[in-house]
Amino acid sequence: MKAPRRRHTLLPQILLIPAVVLFLLFTVAPGAYAIYLSFMKQKAGGGLFGTDNPTTVFAGLENYRAAFGDAEFWHSIGRMLLVAVIGVPATIGFSTLFALCLDAKRTRLVGFSRLAIFLPYAVPGVVATLLWGFMYLPATSPIGGDTINYFGSHTVFFAVANVAVWGVLGFNMVVIYTSLRGLPRELFQAAELDGASELQIALRIKLPLLAPTLTLVTVFSLIGALQLFNEPTTLKPVTNAISSTWVPLMRVYTDAFVDNDIYRGAAASFLLIVLTVAATVAANTVLRLIARRSER
Amino acid sequence: MTAATTGTAKAGRTRTGAAGPGRNAGGRTNWVPTVILLIGAVYCVLPVVWIVIASTKTNSELFSTAPFAPSFHGGFFSNLRALFSYDHGIFIRWAVNSVIYAVGGATLSTIVCGCAGYALGKYRFSGSVWLFRLIVAAVLLPQIMLAIPQFLLLAKLGMTNNYAAVILPQLVSPFAIYLCKIYAEASVSDQLLEAARVDGASEWRMFASIGARLMMPALVTVFLLQFIGIWNNFLLPFVMLNRDQLFPLTEGLYGLLIITGGQAAQYTIVIVGVLVSIVPLAAVFLLLQRYWRVDLVSGGVKA
Repeated sequence: MKAPRRRHTLLPQILLIPAVVLFLLFTVAPGAYAIYLSFMKQKAGGGLFGTDNPTTVFAGLENYRAAFGDAEFWHSIGRMLLVAVIGVPATIGFSTLFALCLDAKRTRLVGFSRLAIFLPYAVPGVVATLLWGFMYLPATSPIGGDTINYFGSHTVFFAVANVAVWGVLGFNMVVIYTSLRGLPRELFQAAELDGASELQIALRIKLPLLAPTLTLVTVFSLIGALQLFNEPTTLKPVTNAISSTWVPLMRVYTDAFVDNDIYRGAAASFLLIVLTVAATVAANTVLRLIARRSER
Repeated sequence: MTAATTGTAKAGRTRTGAAGPGRNAGGRTNWVPTVILLIGAVYCVLPVVWIVIASTKTNSELFSTAPFAPSFHGGFFSNLRALFSYDHGIFIRWAVNSVIYAVGGATLSTIVCGCAGYALGKYRFSGSVWLFRLIVAAVLLPQIMLAIPQFLLLAKLGMTNNYAAVILPQLVSPFAIYLCKIYAEASVSDQLLEAARVDGASEWRMFASIGARLMMPALVTVFLLQFIGIWNNFLLPFVMLNRDQLFPLTEGLYGLLIITGGQAAQYTIVIVGVLVSIVPLAAVFLLLQRYWRVDLVSGGVKA
């Protein structure tokens, strides 16, 4: 694209000022401040009885060592990964399946189904969790909560993943479906003339062409999974199966606000951001490679 | 991500739900996909249907009657009364707060991101490419993880516990800026701007009356994405606020659950609260769903 003719104008710079200022204030500065805090620690007050105000001193890598050496921190990461391993493939798999069904020929009740599956996206995560919490609770469950223990040591991971899947299924489905509608129809007609069945067209032609979109929604789902916080936090009051440090963000929250150790919280929080960015970049790269190969 | 322009331009033509011509023309119903979709629909709607039914029950009925049998003994209205009179009607306050956060935040965010996207999409100036790369990189940075550092910094400055503490951190969305940038590139044509320039329009005038108008579909999408994002955000208000007068609905309902968590006798308040918080949003959502363009999201990042 040809760059617009240069002219002496400061409009673009002016238009960018609010975004840049807010970005510096609420993304860069907090990040930098968290890094700074992560290298500090509170030293108990001096004086004869330790009554002077406590001072903040340089701690080196102490907080990071503590976070790395903390088994519970790794357990929380493990639980988060477990929920992701259940939830992400389920989200992508089912939303792709539904999108392909919407796109299939002579499917009935398309409008109703699309709307119904999209509906949960309008329900806030916390409210969705409350909703499912009642579905799981033995006392109120309409889906056999008195015979199935939804908060067992294994089932709880499915219970949490289910809430997350329920909330994002429809959004992913619509994204995939829209991209499906953008594909050239001639291809499908040609395949049909060659005698390909509806199923073959879906699996051999539509699915490979969807690869870039599937990459996108997978990366988004992964990012979502790494930020898991609402669902376990909201379910915590109704079950003992979820601890206050169940997933990493809950762990960071507990460090910073319950144990009042903002320094360790900052270290864990920074560590988590680094891990997340690394995981996202890695996932993106891998999925892009897969997508490229399948395009050939 | 840089080759996305063509993707948007192409995808921009189809609307979210637009069915192709004659897609169901003739022939018998294709049962397999129809049934699969209906199962999906039941899974998605079932909890909502249950909450509607459960909210008609009194507390004792909740535990004693069949789960999907509604009650007509006036339980619904007494539940509503209990909800709205709870703690001097604080529930209404929470609802108003949610609207303030979501509408205010999404409006300001759309303006901020739309301006930035237009500037990056339609102008080249020193540092613009570098700035755009930084924004693309920031898309990968999970905003929610910054909530606690944001709190620590704002607390240090004594700026927590007010509306601004919840709204300001959510105004810049790298993804929204990215979306606006590529949409501006694809839809605001250079020839049109050039013609306006020849006619003597100022750069500002062109932005306000041509650029902003042509970018409207992207702006509506950004508004709705941000609206839902802010409405659903739990962690940020959770850390920023400790006065329940400032809580959004989600925080308030969570607080209600904590308070009533121990005593099943209070479940009906939470249940009817959940219902009341779903209905308006679902209604707005269903009304607006034809206007908002999920295709921009899928086209926007098509590699």
